Amino acid sequence: MSHHLVEARNLSFSYPDGTPALKDVNFRITHGESVAFIGASGAGKSTLIHHLNGYLMPQAGEVRIGEVPVTRETVSGIRRTVGMLFQDPDDQLFMPTVSDDVAFGPLNLGLPRDEVDQRVTDSLSVVGIEHLRDRPPYKLSGGEKRAAAIACVIAGAPDILAMDEPSSDLDPWSRRQLIQLLAGFKHTKIIATHDLDLALDLCERVIVLHKGEVRKDGKTREIFSDEEMLLECHLEKPLRMQT
Amino acid sequence: MSNLEVHFHEIGVLDRIAAGDTFVHRLDPRSKLLATLLFIVGVVSFGKYEVSALLPFFLYPVVMAAASGMPAGLLGRKLLIVAPFALLVGILNPFLDREILTAIGPVPVSGGWISFTSIVFRFMLTVSAALLLVGTTGIHGVCFACEKLGMPRVFAVQLLLLYRYLFVLADEGIRMFRARSARSFSGRAPGPGLYAQMIGTLLLRAIARAQRIYLAMSCRGFDGAFRSRTPVGWHVRDTAFLLVWAAFFTVARCVNIPEIIGSMFVQ
Ligand SMILES: Nc1ncnc2c1ncn2[C@@H]1O[C@H](COP(=O)(O)OP(=O)(O)OP(=O)(O)O)[C@@H](O)[C@H]1O
Ligand SMILES: [Mg+2]
Repeated sequence: MSHHLVEARNLSFSYPDGTPALKDVNFRITHGESVAFIGASGAGKSTLIHHLNGYLMPQAGEVRIGEVPVTRETVSGIRRTVGMLFQDPDDQLFMPTVSDDVAFGPLNLGLPRDEVDQRVTDSLSVVGIEHLRDRPPYKLSGGEKRAAAIACVIAGAPDILAMDEPSSDLDPWSRRQLIQLLAGFKHTKIIATHDLDLALDLCERVIVLHKGEVRKDGKTREIFSDEEMLLECHLEKPLRMQT
Repeated sequence: MSNLEVHFHEIGVLDRIAAGDTFVHRLDPRSKLLATLLFIVGVVSFGKYEVSALLPFFLYPVVMAAASGMPAGLLGRKLLIVAPFALLVGILNPFLDREILTAIGPVPVSGGWISFTSIVFRFMLTVSAALLLVGTTGIHGVCFACEKLGMPRVFAVQLLLLYRYLFVLADEGIRMFRARSARSFSGRAPGPGLYAQMIGTLLLRAIARAQRIYLAMSCRGFDGAFRSRTPVGWHVRDTAFLLVWAAFFTVARCVNIPEIIGSMFVQ
């Protein structure tokens, strides 16, 4: 289906204080692909992810989601298509209980009540946190918060999942769980991450950002074998590929 | 955890209590909001020297707390937190207004002390009523009721966000406070300059954070309308609840019940 397409054409963006964050970025991600954006801190990963659902609007060039350019007019439809997982789950959980939080999206879609409840139950069980249903989100551990945030996103049934550092602050076990969970999703996945092992596990394609520019775009294995380029971009080969 | 953190988490407790399921919780948010407003109007409209006539009004928070299972200790601690404000407002009265109005036994009591007591009572009454409203309805319910009762939607949304931002602000404050105490080794209080800087930073951080939360809300389809998972609807019990309390407030406002009871005993 063409509406799972994610495309950036000559996308550039500078923050109001003049910091250039993206320079002439181009890529095209098709239906069902899993793509990792990697790059050092400050490379522009979060900035890019924020463009995918219209939090930031392109200053030059454009972003298209399924042939629809992201503009002020189209943004609400686009936000239904693109589910966004934030870098800090605290930003994403704002309701008094986990189940209220998960219900928030489906309620805003105008679904009938029993369907909302169904979606809440399903989303919680997909991420394996039914037992946290009635807990207040701010009292959860880091990994539990992340799981709750994911449940919130998938409850809205998006076609595309955009994630910013999904594995940060997770212990090794929770990280494994997360990887397995994400591997089971059929969505188009776009993941901005420092965690190159996660990228290796989940993504067949990697786009390397360096100082706001696309440095390289290609098959995961190939990119991770190019040590010279990785080093230039302040990155390291994934641990599993080091010998 | 610092004191600040404990208080902060206690505000969150209100949210959790609001998820309860008692008769009071099941009432339509509108009936509770209206009853609370009537109550506050009743309490606030008394003359400044009125003390005894305020006493019957304590029945409302007591009954509501008992019926909703709101822990009295929690309510008490919250009242203690706001008590300094009441004291601040009323503390000058005993000094400014020294005219003797009455006497308790042999001790003469000036108008200042009476109005001071009256202010403290009113503070306790209105604050506990407001806490009970939020604690049995949830802030979403309250905002929903405001909107349904004709408050323009933007204001209702503002109210909701204000409440949420309170948490955000407190949370950012706690983080900064922690960071500061982790790096100030003497344990001495920072100078006023540092405090001013910290408050400035705090505001900027809270605004940035609030923006991200707002984004998260709009990402999940928030368009300013309140939608609730628990079905709300006006039932007979809501009418009954409102009528009974409205009648009680009217009587208690117009007739000084303690005085009448007192005079019955004197006769
Ligand atoms: N709100 C902002 N105002 C000004 N400059 C910003 C802002 N946010 C980010 N930047 C700058 O934009 C550039 C890209 O930042 P971005 O957050 O996209 O990096 P990132 O790749 O996500 O880094 P990290 O891996 O540390 O999350 C950085 O140079 C950063 O300093
Ligand atoms: Mg980032």
